[in-house]
Amino acid sequence: MIDQAEAPANAQTECAAATGTSDSRNRLIPYAVLCELTHRCPLQCPYCSNPVELERASREIDTDAWKSVLSQAVDMGILQAHFSGGEPTVRKDLEEMVEHASKAGLYTNLITSGVLLTPARLDRLREAGLDHVQVSFQDTESENADRIAGFRGHAKKQEAARMVRAADLPLTVNAVMHRQNLHHLEDMIAMAVELDAERLEVAQVQYYGWALKNRQAFLPTRDQLDEATRIVEEARVRLKGILAIDYVVPDYYARRPKSCMGGWGRQFLNITPAGKVLPCHAAESLDFLEFENVTERPLAWIWEHSSAFNRFRGTDWMPEPCRSCDRREIDWGGCRCQAFALTGDPDTTDPACEFAPQRHVLEMPIGEAGGEIPEFVYRRIGNG
Amino acid sequence: MSKRLLLDRDSVPRLPRHAKLRFDRARDCWIINAPERVFELDAIAGEVIQLVDGTRTLAVLVDELATKYDQAPRADIERDVTAMLQNLADKGFVIA
Ligand SMILES: C[S@@+](CC[C@H](N)C(=O)[O-])C[C@H]1O[C@@H](n2cnc3c(N)ncnc32)[C@H](O)[C@@H]1O
Ligand code: SF4
Ligand code: SF4
Repeated sequence: MIDQAEAPANAQTECAAATGTSDSRNRLIPYAVLCELTHRCPLQCPYCSNPVELERASREIDTDAWKSVLSQAVDMGILQAHFSGGEPTVRKDLEEMVEHASKAGLYTNLITSGVLLTPARLDRLREAGLDHVQVSFQDTESENADRIAGFRGHAKKQEAARMVRAADLPLTVNAVMHRQNLHHLEDMIAMAVELDAERLEVAQVQYYGWALKNRQAFLPTRDQLDEATRIVEEARVRLKGILAIDYVVPDYYARRPKSCMGGWGRQFLNITPAGKVLPCHAAESLDFLEFENVTERPLAWIWEHSSAFNRFRGTDWMPEPCRSCDRREIDWGGCRCQAFALTGDPDTTDPACEFAPQRHVLEMPIGEAGGEIPEFVYRRIGNG
Repeated sequence: MSKRLLLDRDSVPRLPRHAKLRFDRARDCWIINAPERVFELDAIAGEVIQLVDGTRTLAVLVDELATKYDQAPRADIERDVTAMLQNLADKGFVIA
């Protein structure tokens, strides 16, 4: 009777096995658009999934360009708009965009570090129709949290999370976990309950962007990971109906890759601060692709016809062993950005799959996990 | 929230603020928008969820469905509807 397709709407969510829906002309209808309003951010998280080449403020597209994108998204059948970045609250026109999206019928979600939020701003955002807020945390203990963020913000984040609930907005706590904070996972779960969050996203670092540069500083050992999985499973049972916990494991330790974005160009669009349209937020790392810009082409055209969206769409591009594998429409061959970053070949099976011919590239980082912890390369312009 | 919600016939279920129900013309079905998730409901689940509006008890809701679908035994409807809504409640998408 409950025959719902659960579709993931964000890169950091483990993807359910949804193949996406098509319209009467058999075109795929995307579910969500992630609007990266800016790359400006007061924090400097060394795991930041933003590209190493950060976009400067002068290249950001304006309010009207974003409003046009949001209207077009609705026409395409998109259901959700995520406002992210960088730090989206840096943009003074955030309220205007949320209001536009909400009036057009989109479910609106703010993904924020929280450090710039004020009660007055949250009230305005709620009045603009904001549906949900996700606040990210680096740790539960402020000294370590601030060291990881490269910014004194932990106390402010806790305050921000409380302001979200005081404004009667639903809250997700996002915790990016790794070898330098996994020992606080139980505290993180307790903190999410204490902050009255509906949902906790335990996201193990995914290795792209800045995180790949800092991989050795973050990759946990197998034992650390197994312990984390045990803690999450126990908490899920104990907190059923109280706190929903989403758990994304680092796929270096998995046998099968994640279904990245629910498949390339099937469910999701990402728009960069400069207006470039990407199939996932890390896709600019595939430096041989050409991305179209919302200021030059209609969004629906880009989704349907652009070379970047069609390059890895479906199964035609696949090599063996994916091509004849019965999971090819479940995980879609894994993550293209990861395959390219780790092997130099964007068309090969994601090494996170145990059948991948280049699986061995994971041996070195896994072998070094638990070894010496290198200094962070912090995320900031000029540090790439 | 501090304890698990268990639905019974006197519960008055509704959707929480973060779950938004609407009909989606592009996909031709009822959907629930929730953080990072979209539930596409089949025709029956869509019928049920439209009655989950914070005005009816579960018992009344089942009565209404039983009148509409009089070929199915009320007990079966009650069982299926309760299971469906409890499942959504456990994920935080139905409150009472
Ligand atoms: C890039 S941030 C932008 C929004 C805002 N600055 C923040 O940090 O909340 C978007 C989300 O991705 C998470 N994130 C960033 N880098 C990640 C990584 N390498 N792996 C998993 N999650 C990551 C952040 O914690 C945040 O919830
Ligand atoms: S992950 Fe950290 S550095 Fe990156 S945008 Fe968010 S707060 Fe800023
Ligand atoms: S071989 Fe390809 S399709 Fe099969 S499980 Fe591995 S990545 Fe997925």
